[in-house]
Amino acid sequence: MSTETVVEPTGHTVGRETILAARNVTMRFGGLVAVDNVDFTVHSGEIVGLIGPNGAGKTTFFNCLTGLYKPTSGEVRFMGEVLPPKPREVVVAGMARTFQNIRLFPNMTALENVMVGRYCRTSSMAFTSILHGPKFRREEAETRERAAELLEYVGMKGQGGHLARNLPYGDQRRLEVARALATDPKLLLLDEPTAGMNPQETRQAEELIFKIRDSGLAIVVIEHDMRFIFNLCDRVLCLVRGKTLIEGTAAEVQSDPRVIEAYIGSPENEEGGAHA
Amino acid sequence: MRIPTVFTPELQKQYHVTGRMVAMAGGLLFAVSAYLPWAYTGAALDNMSYLGGPSTLQFLGLTLGLIVAWCAAMGWIEPWADRRGFARPLIRVSKRVGWTRGSKAMGIGLLAYIVLILVVIAIELRGLVAVEWGGWVALVAALMAFVGTRLLIAGRAPSLERVRSAAWVEIVAIALILLLALLLVAYALNQNDGGIFLSIIAFAGALSAFVLRSGIGAWISEAGQKHRTVLVFSSFLVAFLFPFTQNGSDANMSIATQVLVFAATAVGLNIVVGLAGLLDLGYIAFLGAGAFTAATLSESAFATINWKPPFIVVMLIAGLISASLGLLIGSPTLRVSGDYLAIVTLAFGEIFRITMNNLDGQSGPNLTHGSSGIPAIPNLELFGFDFGKPHVVFGITLGRFSNYFFLMLLIMAVIVLVFTRLNHSRIGRGWVAIREDEKAAEAMGVNVFGLKLLAFAGGAFLAGFAGAVKAHVDVSVIPDQYVFLESAFLLAAVVLGGMGTVIGVILGATLLKLLPEKLRFVSEYRMLLFGLLMVVMMRFRPEGMIPNQRRALEFHSDDEELVQEIEEDLPYEFAEEKS
Repeated sequence: MSTETVVEPTGHTVGRETILAARNVTMRFGGLVAVDNVDFTVHSGEIVGLIGPNGAGKTTFFNCLTGLYKPTSGEVRFMGEVLPPKPREVVVAGMARTFQNIRLFPNMTALENVMVGRYCRTSSMAFTSILHGPKFRREEAETRERAAELLEYVGMKGQGGHLARNLPYGDQRRLEVARALATDPKLLLLDEPTAGMNPQETRQAEELIFKIRDSGLAIVVIEHDMRFIFNLCDRVLCLVRGKTLIEGTAAEVQSDPRVIEAYIGSPENEEGGAHA
Repeated sequence: MRIPTVFTPELQKQYHVTGRMVAMAGGLLFAVSAYLPWAYTGAALDNMSYLGGPSTLQFLGLTLGLIVAWCAAMGWIEPWADRRGFARPLIRVSKRVGWTRGSKAMGIGLLAYIVLILVVIAIELRGLVAVEWGGWVALVAALMAFVGTRLLIAGRAPSLERVRSAAWVEIVAIALILLLALLLVAYALNQNDGGIFLSIIAFAGALSAFVLRSGIGAWISEAGQKHRTVLVFSSFLVAFLFPFTQNGSDANMSIATQVLVFAATAVGLNIVVGLAGLLDLGYIAFLGAGAFTAATLSESAFATINWKPPFIVVMLIAGLISASLGLLIGSPTLRVSGDYLAIVTLAFGEIFRITMNNLDGQSGPNLTHGSSGIPAIPNLELFGFDFGKPHVVFGITLGRFSNYFFLMLLIMAVIVLVFTRLNHSRIGRGWVAIREDEKAAEAMGVNVFGLKLLAFAGGAFLAGFAGAVKAHVDVSVIPDQYVFLESAFLLAAVVLGGMGTVIGVILGATLLKLLPEKLRFVSEYRMLLFGLLMVVMMRFRPEGMIPNQRRALEFHSDDEELVQEIEEDLPYEFAEEKS
């Protein structure tokens, strides 16, 4: 991993390098305020959860973080820099993501999928590829080796030759993580990493995420599975109708009555909360 | 849509013994019939009117008939030899060959072959009466072979590619096949009669159907895979030897050179279409840009620019001009996807042609002399080698077109090298990723726009290269050589042959260019026939004649058998990882 900061796997945030800092982020679409004045900070070696009922503005906020949207006001700084609004440059800066609905390259093998992730960290262009120059050969070998390493890291050793489409669901999720890790990120954004998984697969995913965290990366997780989120995260941010409802440790958020209300709705709330 | 089957499994179960006998008899009878007169006079095809003296086409038929008989017989010979314990190693190999499947393919091929020949005889000699009794015997024999093989039970799938064979056996096999192909092509090209040419194509078709269905093809492709360099070098060697089979005649070499120019351009287009997945309908404009650049910088008296750099420099300039045109047209349009790009490139092709027509000194500066173009482009002279003069090598005269043929072969080698090297590199992976899921590729840090532009400009560069030589081969360059239709044919060659493969596209380009040259019938109805061919291909084999495996998957995403097959094939690269 690229992060040099040494981290004890205890989950304290004090004295850590700040990876991502969002300040007063507001995102308006015409008259609709999708995200309203949200503050958010992620440090290295910590797992932060992002929860909220459907339509709470999670995805919009997520897109602001990844540089896909430029916030109407406020700013997002990644490693102290404002991100360029191009997905590719965001990756180059060190932020990698997985998708809510798996988006692997189905007709490529698992190994090739991960090798694509190495694209932005390698640089041999047309000429050296055609001439098979020493740089090209070295880079190809390194890419292949690194991809195989990452497959082993996520627990898919020896499955590199399978087409991505033929892998079982859980492996496809893990492959997506491996592909994201191949871009040498400092921050990993996981969009519903356990959607559609059975309890055993969820547990494996949890172990994997801890392992990645322990290697020094910062992780942001969007998730609906509350048990998973509260097991996993050091801190949780709960969004409701574009506003921060509460931010705190897993225990704090879990026991907050407003969170429960936002999800399940309270009798006197005629809109039913969840459809905000 | 499935073609209803007359020969149901029940029928096969009941009559397969009879079927085998009928098939063997049919095959043997066909072989014998080759010695009988097929046509009333010798004027049709190659003289088929003798009793006891088979013509070349009849001899080819004899081979096909013997193969059917042999395949059918193997159904008995194999178990018999197995029981007696004869020739065990041979039988072990034989068990992996799909004799029955092969014989079925050959049954169809044999019937098609004889029907084609009889039809040609009837056309050339005006009426079926011109078919002699031997021809009818051959037809009956082919029908017997066809029905007989249909009645056989297909049985196990062939698995010959799993047989381990010594390296020298494989290399010898590759060499023999290439040599056979060379002889067949040289023979076919020397025939001026369209009927003979067509019959030879039918023969080659029947033979390759047999080879593919029986599993021998899989073994060959495995061998080719293992000895890649041998295969590539010997292919080029065979192509290099081709002019030596022409006895100094330039007629065929002119066609062969045109085919090579067309094929090289098609392989260049395949980088854009097959690898990067960008639909380019104006590719001919890049070839034209190269040709016009070379023409205006040539020693021609009509050349409008008074600067005559050496040809190597001209080629580079031609490539660079084409590439910059590619960048010019690509950079605003490559941000949009598929259909828009197709429309813009189509328009670009037309703009190019019209512009070249208008640079005539009246509507614009005089660069191209308008629609009359730049004629009288002199022959090339490279390092003292005059391309216009015949040269005698080993007693064989190599004419003007042979010289250009060698030059084009060199350029083809460069284009193929660029194609394969890029395909198996970081860039090639990026292209596949973009084709598979553009958004995901972008989100994984792949420079989508840059890679598309690279494919576009790189393809244009190679076309400019080929165009520079084409200007000298054609002697004159006029705008109306570079019409949309040519772009469409290039694309057809790519789609027909197989997107993303080199061999397929070369084969497709050769067929598309060669057939109209050799068959007047085809050249008259060429639009109709090629249109029909494309429709049929799209329906039954959208991935092309020799498909790229990944491409095949993209077209048949629900074909589980294919997925399994390809997955079994793929991991050879990762063997060390699996251990």
